[in-house]
Amino acid sequence: MTSTRAMITKRIAPRLLTGLLVAWGAVTAAFIGMHALPGRVEDILAGDMSWPGLREAIAQEWGLDQSVWSQYVGFIWRIAQGDFGTSYVMRQPVADVIGPQIWPTVHLALSAGILAVVLAVLAATLTAGRGRIARAAASLIELACVSAPVFWIGLLLLLAFSFTLRWFPVSGADGWRALVLPAVTLALPTAGLLAQVLREAMEKALVQPFVVTTRARGIGETLLRLRHVLRHAALPAVTLGGWLVGGLLGGAVITEKVFGRPGLGTVTLNAVLSQDAPVVLAVVMLAALIHVLASTALDVAYVFIDPRLKVQ
Amino acid sequence: MTEMSSRLSGPASHTVTARSVWPKPINTLINALINFLTRPRRLAPLLACAWMILIAGFAFAPHWFTAYDPLEGDVLASLAAPDAEHFLGTDKLGRDVFARIVYGARFSLGVGLGAVAISVAFGVLLGLIAGQRQRVLDEGFSRLFDVVSAYPGVLLAMLLITFLGGSLVNVAIAVGIAGIPKFGRVVRAQTKAVQDADYVVQASIYGRSRFSAFLVHVVPNVLTVVPVVATISVGTAILTTSGLSFLGLGPQPPTPEWGLMLAESRDYLRTAWWTGVLPGIAITLTVIAFAVLGGSLQRHIEGRAP
Repeated sequence: MTSTRAMITKRIAPRLLTGLLVAWGAVTAAFIGMHALPGRVEDILAGDMSWPGLREAIAQEWGLDQSVWSQYVGFIWRIAQGDFGTSYVMRQPVADVIGPQIWPTVHLALSAGILAVVLAVLAATLTAGRGRIARAAASLIELACVSAPVFWIGLLLLLAFSFTLRWFPVSGADGWRALVLPAVTLALPTAGLLAQVLREAMEKALVQPFVVTTRARGIGETLLRLRHVLRHAALPAVTLGGWLVGGLLGGAVITEKVFGRPGLGTVTLNAVLSQDAPVVLAVVMLAALIHVLASTALDVAYVFIDPRLKVQ
Repeated sequence: MTEMSSRLSGPASHTVTARSVWPKPINTLINALINFLTRPRRLAPLLACAWMILIAGFAFAPHWFTAYDPLEGDVLASLAAPDAEHFLGTDKLGRDVFARIVYGARFSLGVGLGAVAISVAFGVLLGLIAGQRQRVLDEGFSRLFDVVSAYPGVLLAMLLITFLGGSLVNVAIAVGIAGIPKFGRVVRAQTKAVQDADYVVQASIYGRSRFSAFLVHVVPNVLTVVPVVATISVGTAILTTSGLSFLGLGPQPPTPEWGLMLAESRDYLRTAWWTGVLPGIAITLTVIAFAVLGGSLQRHIEGRAP
């Protein structure tokens, strides 16, 4: 098992280190953004109020009178402990503001992600390397899914399935019925992109010698595609994984607005509109950390999925 | 031996059809464009071109296409279904939907092009620097690209808008910043590849300084990858922008922006489907058109057209 240990030291450890570095960079960038961009924190907090000493009082209350370095060190230290600060507007810990809202969003993003993978795998396995018409139709549908705004897909689904057919509720988050349309809405753009990548990779894999060999062994077409070609084609799709997780989180914000679902999206949107920077920062950093975590995990998984990397 | 001869014949292997004053890579690009415009062999790019010309017409001379005002509505004709008078219907304030789509083209196109201009300017510059043989610069900028792209585009834009305030220009800036890593990475990879190409090595054998060889041979060759990515990116920028204005973070009512029109339509969707369907078709077709044109441009540049 020396190969496994070599893999850990040569590939996995550096990848984890890079992931940590990027996470630190993302947090630092957020800190720099908060301090460098116009619309100074004191001004946001003061709002329309103004009297002598107000700005100083605010600065003292929020620790803004300390040196930038000590603020930065405190910021990083608190984030490492899971403390994202205090909401300017609601005057309570950010963790309490966003904490209860995380699960509805994760629930939505996760269902959409699974649905997207299933749809993409189905579309790619069924149409890769088939007749011209099947491929053209599939690519057209995929292109439309990738190019249509996610909120518009949501509006169309609402129009068809809630207003006209009355199969699903228009808004809310009670039960699985309320989850179906938002999940499909969020899944379609991701599925379209994933299917495009998967089909191209499968068409490349289908002409490789190993496919000829496997066919010569007398394997059925379905089994060949599912067991051999798909595994080969999954590699480029896996590298997209981290990016797709980010896309799902960003898309969830918009989807929640379309369907009036509670979740991080609503909280973030309200925070943006009231310039509640700590809340927005916390959500954005959380998304960045999830993205880094996901892409690091997938890169590590890549080493195990692709047996060729073990030989080197 | 083959390596030797290919080095000696370096530039000659890069044959182009027309001689011009432009550096060769740019010439290739121009030839690809001419080729594409004069000998289209596929239907999809032609349709995409037609749609693009129509949208450009909407953006530059909206009054040629509609007699209605996008802001003034006839309240008595509120939510009128498509008919002879308003052939795409009217919205809740009785404004002509077609007029609003026509006048909205300039916002979507403008923000899309503006955002990509920001991404290209910074992405190309940083990519060229990262592509140098300096390990520190490369690592530094590559990790910077990782950091920026770790933020989901929509959320990064929302963060910037928290500080900058919501407006069309700020949305363009935010979407532009989110797009920098894409160009940075492509340009970095291309710079790395071109730098070690035979014709660059040959140029330095012939006595060009490193900087001069970089400017004359590396930069133009690197820039050939930009138009394809940029074309497709205009589409995705329009998509992200429309999402932000749907959330109410972009232009404010009564601006006839497509995303905003869709946001306003949500409450009337049950009775007036046209307010919620047609602007979405406009966005989708525009994004598709940019994607198709980008793909077609790529095939022409790589010389595997049609």
